[in-house]
Amino acid sequence: MKAATLRSIGLPSLVAVIFIVIWAIVSATGVFPPSAFPAPDAVVKAFWQEAASGRLFNDIVTSLFRVSCGFLGAVALGIPIGVWMGQIFSARIAFLPISNFFRNLSPLAWMPFAILWFGVGDAASIFLIFLSVFFPVVLATLAAVAGIPAVHFRVARAYGLRGWEKLTRVTLPAIMPQVITTLRVTAGVAWLVVVAAEMIAGRDGLGFAVMDSRNGLRTDILVVEMFVIGVIGVLIDRVLVQLTTIPSVRWGYER
Amino acid sequence: MSASWTSSQIPLALQDVSLSFGPVEVLREISLTISQGEFVAIIGPSGCGKSTLLNVLSGDEKPSSGRVERHGQVRMVYQQDGLFPWQTVTENIALGLRFLTDERERQQQIRELVELIRLEGFENHYPHQLSGGMRQRVELARALAGESDMLLMDEPFSALDYLTRLRMRGDLARLIAERPRTVVLVTHDIEEAAQLADRIVVLTERPASIRRELMIDAPRPRDLTDAAVVDATRQILAELDIGSLSEVP
Repeated sequence: MKAATLRSIGLPSLVAVIFIVIWAIVSATGVFPPSAFPAPDAVVKAFWQEAASGRLFNDIVTSLFRVSCGFLGAVALGIPIGVWMGQIFSARIAFLPISNFFRNLSPLAWMPFAILWFGVGDAASIFLIFLSVFFPVVLATLAAVAGIPAVHFRVARAYGLRGWEKLTRVTLPAIMPQVITTLRVTAGVAWLVVVAAEMIAGRDGLGFAVMDSRNGLRTDILVVEMFVIGVIGVLIDRVLVQLTTIPSVRWGYER
Repeated sequence: MSASWTSSQIPLALQDVSLSFGPVEVLREISLTISQGEFVAIIGPSGCGKSTLLNVLSGDEKPSSGRVERHGQVRMVYQQDGLFPWQTVTENIALGLRFLTDERERQQQIRELVELIRLEGFENHYPHQLSGGMRQRVELARALAGESDMLLMDEPFSALDYLTRLRMRGDLARLIAERPRTVVLVTHDIEEAAQLADRIVVLTERPASIRRELMIDAPRPRDLTDAAVVDATRQILAELDIGSLSEVP
């Protein structure tokens, strides 16, 4: 193995090992009772139990389903609206303040209404995730569209690109790098929000599982769930970062 | 070549064109007739309204008064970043060949243009992977693709280093010789104007009007050290009252 690869894998592994060792030492000292500070081996045991029972898998699927619905719905609606607002000056003037307001209003503040309107279940969580993604996507898209250099549109006109062709061959490719960055950020936010939403407005999912473990004083399972939530969050970003490797968007990340 | 003009038509003519942006008068009563196949360079002090004049010529800007007559397809070549960064060299050039419905014919033309600008092997590169000079050559190829009649160039080489600029002048002269076009080149580089143009239009400070027109009869392409080029450079420097170190007491 090359020195560089050894370092890029070896060093992070070393940090993880040190982290687990410190964790084991602290739990072994008995400063906290085992029920408040589960030992690493108890957590590993709980992990296999949870994995074998299938409950963990079901909660993962449930949470991912809700995030996907809310996220994709918000993106599918937010990008077109952002493009529209970015192109039409009066639309921007009209809707920018209210979009900024909702962008800065924590989606979790909607929780009571989400439950009143949709009850406990998928819809309430999806609604909150939608809110947490929709406004940032609209605002980032409109800013990206408004910032497209005028020279691109002059070229488009000189070479006869109009209407739909102008949209798909100039406007959308010109904003792609910024849109992809926004997708990464908002997907992270959506994953944070789904856990919070399910803790209150769910009967299943990883957020509900966290609450359930707390109520049952099963902190070993709680740590398993925290671990899974963190790992999935990282994986979601790893998947979305692949979008930045598309050749036609590389220009936005280089130079 | 192109069917969109006939030999009797003047491709571009301005008559008493003035333009103001609010209280700022930018162009004052400019009359200019450009003949078919002519290479006209417009030079003037920076900020004098050269680019505005070019935008009037291209139709991107409407004059406050006066008449603009334009025949045939006009294409701009920009200073930099005129290419679509999300498209490859091939895709950018193909933009100039959109009217071609026959895919084979289009591929053939793209190949010829890539050869013409000597970028074989870079067909699938994106603009950010090319040097500044290479990017400007792609811009030229795109503007020369197909049936365009006239090129309007807005300081196309000013973002390049001196040696690259010299090489690009040679490239431009060669490309225009192979694919004749009417060219209007806006520049602040007197040497560039003298080396490339049939006629040099010197503008005044803002509000810009035509200060002097200078014909250069020597055949194109010319060497930088050609007597006609040197002579024209000297005349313009004298006109602008700069560059005559020997007369400094």
